[in-house]
Amino acid sequence: MDWAPLILTLRLALVATGILFLIGLPLGWVLAYRRFVGRPVLETLVSMPLVLPPTVLGFYLLLAFSPGGRVGAWIESTLGIHLVFSFAGLVLASVIYSLPFMVQPLQAGFQQVPMRLQEAAYTLGKSKIATLWHVVLPNMKSALLTGCVLTFAHTIGEFGVVLMIGGNIPGQTRVASIAIYDEVERMNYAAANQYALVLFAITFIILLLVYLTNGGYLKRLGR
Amino acid sequence: MIKLDLQKQLQGAQGTFHLQLHGDLEMGQFVALYGASGAGKTTLLRMLAGLLKPDQGFLEVNGQVWIDTQQGICLPPQKRKVGLVFQDLALFPHLTVKENLQFAQGKKKDPQQVQALLEAVELTQLQGRKPDTLSGGQQQRVALARALASQPDILLLDEPLSALDTAMRAKLQQYLLALHRQFGVTTMLVSHDLPEVYTLAEQVWVMEGGAVVRKGSPQEVFLSRKLSGKFQFVGQLLHKELADVVCLLSVLVGQEVVRLVVTQSEGEALQPGDKLLVASKAFNPVIMKLDY
Repeated sequence: MDWAPLILTLRLALVATGILFLIGLPLGWVLAYRRFVGRPVLETLVSMPLVLPPTVLGFYLLLAFSPGGRVGAWIESTLGIHLVFSFAGLVLASVIYSLPFMVQPLQAGFQQVPMRLQEAAYTLGKSKIATLWHVVLPNMKSALLTGCVLTFAHTIGEFGVVLMIGGNIPGQTRVASIAIYDEVERMNYAAANQYALVLFAITFIILLLVYLTNGGYLKRLGR
Repeated sequence: MIKLDLQKQLQGAQGTFHLQLHGDLEMGQFVALYGASGAGKTTLLRMLAGLLKPDQGFLEVNGQVWIDTQQGICLPPQKRKVGLVFQDLALFPHLTVKENLQFAQGKKKDPQQVQALLEAVELTQLQGRKPDTLSGGQQQRVALARALASQPDILLLDEPLSALDTAMRAKLQQYLLALHRQFGVTTMLVSHDLPEVYTLAEQVWVMEGGAVVRKGSPQEVFLSRKLSGKFQFVGQLLHKELADVVCLLSVLVGQEVVRLVVTQSEGEALQPGDKLLVASKAFNPVIMKLDY
């Protein structure tokens, strides 16, 4: 079995999750605590990938990023990044496509931490950043875990967007889900089955671990 | 010295509510803010702590200006030296008792101070426990110790004992008094429990409709005339019973029900539920020598 598509998939999921974590924290914080004019619009945009067909998103991203278009040409000339049929493009598309899977758990997590705890930290002389780090985040660990794992798992399972914007370049954009499709088209069912089985096992184990951790089963076992 | 003059407009259940507070306070005192709910007691505390901004006003603590709206000064809570004990305590659930105190200490960690505070509230044995494994009274003491760990100029207590049963309440009131004597921190207690105010406070500010309507010592505020009595307790009338020419009163004083005899005409003026002051004058007290 060629392991390259699986490794590429994991790499893509890791990078996308890392970037989304950094974007999701401030975005979730703003949506949880701030009231402003454009809030419903922002919430809608964040949630759109949940219902939008991946091909729609992929199609528009393809148009936007293609070097013939204005945006794509600008990105390529100023940043030197080629976004169509490249790993960088896949990462960006995954970040957009998995956005709600990170932001929504984090937003809910922020809302669950009582405002009183933060006020208590402020009266004890702690800055907003120190309070976020030492009080808020430690009290929403399960939300952090849920956000990261859902994002990771969702990115692994991505197909439509990747196909539209990444294509099927071995070692660059051929992720496992694409490889399965490719093998099936070639009637190579055994190879498709291997990829499929590995993906099945990975996602099952990841989600099982989340439920075990958030349900407190692991803690009880450890005692 | 604390000088305050604060104004704030609030949207309450009965429309707009205007809060206008004015007062001076010596450092080191124990002041109770007494009044019905909705009088603005908690709002005052939140303004002192910096969690709520007044519309207009001035606040000076120990020579340092905390609020001066004319100069555009309103220090954030982090810059004020206050210890606030919330009604729901707001202990950090992910930290142990000891860690809650250490977190409050700020940059200079002083393990001796933490141990001294733990000892003062008798929690040395439980310092490794998380707050949710403690009883209500124990959590209460953690919250007090945590507020003191930041070495505040003012300690603000927002009905911290209201959720406890009477026995625990009485015990914690003694803690509060002892801590106040030991650390000498200026303390402001919000309470609508008269016996509690009477037991603890040196000064009472009675609040009504967003203003302080009366100030003074508990005796001055709650008694129409001064007594020469040497012993006095505040209690609540539970039951009255007419027996021939006298009236028997059952009064709850602290944890005990005391039966008292008054004349019929005195008894007629009282209703069950009334708050009473029970005092013994200097004449004919019952005195017994105790052998132990």
